[in-house]
Amino acid sequence: MSASSSLTFDGPWVLLRQPSSRRLNSDKAVSTETPSASEQADRQRAAWMAAAQAGDQRAYTRVLNDSVALIRAVARRQGVAVDALDDVVQETLLTVHRVRHTYDPTRSYDAWLAAIAARRAIDILRSHGRREQREVHDEFAFDTHADRDDASAGAERAQEAQRLRKAIKTLSPGQREAVEQLGLKERSLAEAAEQTGRNTGALKVNLHRALKTLRDRLHGEP
Amino acid sequence: MSDASRHDALIDALGAELTPVRRLLPPWRRALGWLLVVSAIAAVLFMRYGCTTMLRRWDALPDLGVGACGGVITAITAALAAFVLAVPGRSLKWAWLPVPSTLLWIGASGLGCLRLHLPGTPVVDMHVANDCLIFITSYSVPLSALMIWLIRRACPLRPVMTAVLIGLASAAASASLLEICHSYDATASDLFLHALAIAIVIGANAAMGGRLLSRA
Repeated sequence: MSASSSLTFDGPWVLLRQPSSRRLNSDKAVSTETPSASEQADRQRAAWMAAAQAGDQRAYTRVLNDSVALIRAVARRQGVAVDALDDVVQETLLTVHRVRHTYDPTRSYDAWLAAIAARRAIDILRSHGRREQREVHDEFAFDTHADRDDASAGAERAQEAQRLRKAIKTLSPGQREAVEQLGLKERSLAEAAEQTGRNTGALKVNLHRALKTLRDRLHGEP
Repeated sequence: MSDASRHDALIDALGAELTPVRRLLPPWRRALGWLLVVSAIAAVLFMRYGCTTMLRRWDALPDLGVGACGGVITAITAALAAFVLAVPGRSLKWAWLPVPSTLLWIGASGLGCLRLHLPGTPVVDMHVANDCLIFITSYSVPLSALMIWLIRRACPLRPVMTAVLIGLASAAASASLLEICHSYDATASDLFLHALAIAIVIGANAAMGGRLLSRA
């Protein structure tokens, strides 16, 4: 996605945002956009999404590209850290793909996308929060576990590997195949596609979904 | 891989696997489908029990009739609110839709217990009141399951709130169906068990329905 398009399409969020002093500086560049231009852009995205629902790949790619900046804006508003913004983008794009049939083209695309992005942002914030609660600070960990011997560390690693193997077994066949081919056997996309008979796009999507599922299962998240 | 190219790669991959989709029907039409199922059950109960006893109770004690109407309106509004809220981007204000009718339902039913006993109508004992609890919970289970199944095709971003509305709609519908074959006068113990049944249905939906919907 080009930088210019990301600037252009950050605009509509000005209408959706609630007043907040934290946002003023970052939104200064886009707040000059007139409401009619924002509405027009929203309508354009709505038309693209409607075409995508009918199977138009070009319109779909366009609307998803436009959505990246919008998702980032929503995630920022939810308080997601800069380094986690792209995780929100990825999760939101996957959700949009999964639930694209729920979009009603007579309504705002931006509002529909904002609701999904806000939800995914909250999920990411919660999962980061849970992870931080489980992980201990390095110094504290060293003080507490400095005497742990190599044998127990080895046993722990073996247990973790076993948990991972078990978790991989529970994946759907498509996702398991993607993990095995691309992750474990370290094959290239082209090789994996040739081996499995699936296209590279399907393999990438399956791998992404598999990694998310594994992350959730191994970190005890639903 | 940089973040921008990660997004581009994902967008390309999603575009490559794009297939046409059947758009979700408007929430009011899906709510209507669920309400038609409830109406069909009501029709069967009317055929089995008739409406004489129910009308006689309402005629003698209008507050029971008002309470029952509140229950029916609650079932309709809670079902509509649940279907609407399950679609991303819809206002949270929809959750308030069933509140007035719920207050009417609870208020009128509560007042019904404060007035004098209806002459000629048997007073319910705890054993019979238990049947009311079993009726409401057992009818609520399939009605809740049906609505969860229908709503899972949407994308409930607030799964617990949606599940609570599903529970409220199912409990209100079941309590309204019970009204057709409820031939006893309302007493405090009867009302208590109705309220307990409704609380169980809503609580179970919030606990289990929320989980089911969050994975939708």
